[in-house]
Amino acid sequence: MSPAPGTAPGHAVRHHIVTALVENRSGVLARVAGLFSRRGFNIFSLAVAPTDDERFSRITIVVDVESAPLEQIVRQLDKLVNVVSITELAPEEAIERELLLLTVEAGPSQRQEVIALVGVFEGKIVDVGSDRMTVVMAGPPGRIDDFESLVRPFGIVELQRTGRVALPKLERRSSRLHGVSGNLQAG
Amino acid sequence: MRLTGAQALIKSLEMQGVEVIFGLPGGAILPVYDPILDSSIRHVLVRHEQGAGHMAEGYAHVTGRPGVAMVTSGPGATNIVTPLADAAMDSIPMVVITGQVATTAIGTDAFQECPITGVTMDITKHNWLVTDAQDLPRVVAEAFHVATTGRPGPVLVDVPKDVSNAPMDWYWPSSMDELDLPGYHPRTEGDPAEVRRAAELIAQARRPVIYAGGGILKARAAEALRQLAERTGIPVVTTLMARGAFPDRHPLCLGMPGMHGNYTAVTAMQHADLLLALGSRFDDRVTGKVSAFAPGAKIVHVDIDPAELGKVRRPDVGIVGDCRLVIEELLGVLGAGEGPDLEPWMAQLRTWQAQYPLSYTQEEGGALKPQFVVETLRDMTPDDTIVVAGVGQHQMWASQYWRFDHPYTWVNSGGAGTMGFAVPAAIGAKVGRPDRMVWAVDGDGCFQMTAQELVTASAERIPVKVAILNNAYLGMVRQWQELFYEERYSEVYLSPDLPDYVKWAEAMGCVGLKVESADEVAPAIEKANGIDDRPVVIDFRTDAFEKVYPMVPAGAANDDIIVGPSQGEGGR
Repeated sequence: MSPAPGTAPGHAVRHHIVTALVENRSGVLARVAGLFSRRGFNIFSLAVAPTDDERFSRITIVVDVESAPLEQIVRQLDKLVNVVSITELAPEEAIERELLLLTVEAGPSQRQEVIALVGVFEGKIVDVGSDRMTVVMAGPPGRIDDFESLVRPFGIVELQRTGRVALPKLERRSSRLHGVSGNLQAG
Repeated sequence: MRLTGAQALIKSLEMQGVEVIFGLPGGAILPVYDPILDSSIRHVLVRHEQGAGHMAEGYAHVTGRPGVAMVTSGPGATNIVTPLADAAMDSIPMVVITGQVATTAIGTDAFQECPITGVTMDITKHNWLVTDAQDLPRVVAEAFHVATTGRPGPVLVDVPKDVSNAPMDWYWPSSMDELDLPGYHPRTEGDPAEVRRAAELIAQARRPVIYAGGGILKARAAEALRQLAERTGIPVVTTLMARGAFPDRHPLCLGMPGMHGNYTAVTAMQHADLLLALGSRFDDRVTGKVSAFAPGAKIVHVDIDPAELGKVRRPDVGIVGDCRLVIEELLGVLGAGEGPDLEPWMAQLRTWQAQYPLSYTQEEGGALKPQFVVETLRDMTPDDTIVVAGVGQHQMWASQYWRFDHPYTWVNSGGAGTMGFAVPAAIGAKVGRPDRMVWAVDGDGCFQMTAQELVTASAERIPVKVAILNNAYLGMVRQWQELFYEERYSEVYLSPDLPDYVKWAEAMGCVGLKVESADEVAPAIEKANGIDDRPVVIDFRTDAFEKVYPMVPAGAANDDIIVGPSQGEGGR
């Protein structure tokens, strides 16, 4: 499930984002994960969260489209009875965000440098110990990758990333205008 | 009306029109067995839960209605895992009800607890763990709906004991709207634009072949297929799962393709310029080496399962839909044969058929050939006889040498290759079609796996007939060891007379007969055909050295087909 060492997700490897609206029932995540392992599809990251409708959850999966054609992944996923709908997003069509929590070595000698770096990346310091700090940062996954590599030389104590969530980019014309022009054509 | 969960479950099965349950009771399913005493549904008490599953499959194969099996929790449930996997591979509609320990005990490693919904998640179309008795009628209705619509398949409903015992207010979902399946909408009608594109390809093809799969039978599309073939003049191959979907006697029928298909069916596909794949899935046993399969063919692929389109071979035209509906749409847009003349192609096919027929030699006084047994059986039984096979050499000989002229007369384990399938599946088939003669053609290895279900058949007066092609070996494995492992025979010898099949048959309440030579074959079959009050088992002692030909070695290209021992590098 995790990227190979030295491979930052979203850079070297072809990936695609699949978001599935699923029924909010026990065992649904196991069905999705089971399907991926059974069919030999690789997952880079996976995030599950409730939606505004309590009957459904949304699973955001970043899939390796070198392991299997995207179409096959989507069609197999769509066969699961608990999967209600699927949206595929190419990375260039998506707004992607990921959250990072990271504890870094930050003794007196390097504390200022770490604070400066966090500032540049618009992160927040949420906890400070005598020689360590914990940082939170949300942003596009590539940006988080960059921060992670820049902060690594200071000494990463612990790191957690949530896996990405994504929504499609909006069309430049607003949906309302789009609707009006459609009506005009129809008339 | 107040009912217990158990009563509601049985009443729900009645509402679904279930006429028979194959099952075996135990602790966790005990409450559900009580209302069976008061139900109109017949219960067939099996001797092993695997038998219940295969019986339900056999029943579903021949009737088109979902087979129903009921077993208890834990080992009862795990014993039916193989039939579930088998039904999933062959898209057989089946509903399995399992007992479960009480909801309060789930997760505590209670006696006979097994998380069967987790175990069967990947080998069912869907499964349910019912935690509230009030949900039971709805879940049963959902289970039958999912099992029988779209691409059919097995489903499992796990019912904890306290749910069976709990009271509920009876209701029955009166429409689809009352089912809770927001993510399940199988598509049945083909996209008209794609259907037109398919028709255009058909109109241009000079060497077309219809590659008919099991989906034709699932869609009840045999008649539509016949019309399509006759209207277009396109020859038809019928896969192992589609034997009978197009009559073998029809001049356009080329028979079975694949690893043990006949030369003409295999080679026609290799030389085709268009494959019209209808309800078939480009299984590795059909394609051989995929990159070398039908290299010059454009592909029109019709399947109700969208995931089949492009899974193995990318189609030029892919149509998601029910085979019968799509063929009917196709018939609606096809012109009246203004395409290229297919006669040169048909002439080529007839040449191959004449040049490379299936063949074997039954020498007078020589060892009994299994193919001779199958042919004699075929010639001595009504042509709507249902033939049920296990898995291995006998299965291939049955498929090759029988002449299937009617749909739903061939029952076998195709995708999963489940040894031991034949005896219980034949029993299920006979329950579903008591008016038909049902013959299991089995191997000695297969027979030993599930033979005890003949006790069930005797006790329940289900007069199936079993022809054991007894070559004293795990024959197909033996064949591979002979051809591909330098005749190093590892753990394949079974002995011809241990067990004594006649005594064993008699001990199970059947008539047992033994046949050792070719001239005894017909009299034994005649005797068996005359017995209709109990099962019959005939132990045919066949030639252990006979191999299944033609053969495309595993992983080889279909062009490398070995027609028979005289041409084969591995022949004797």
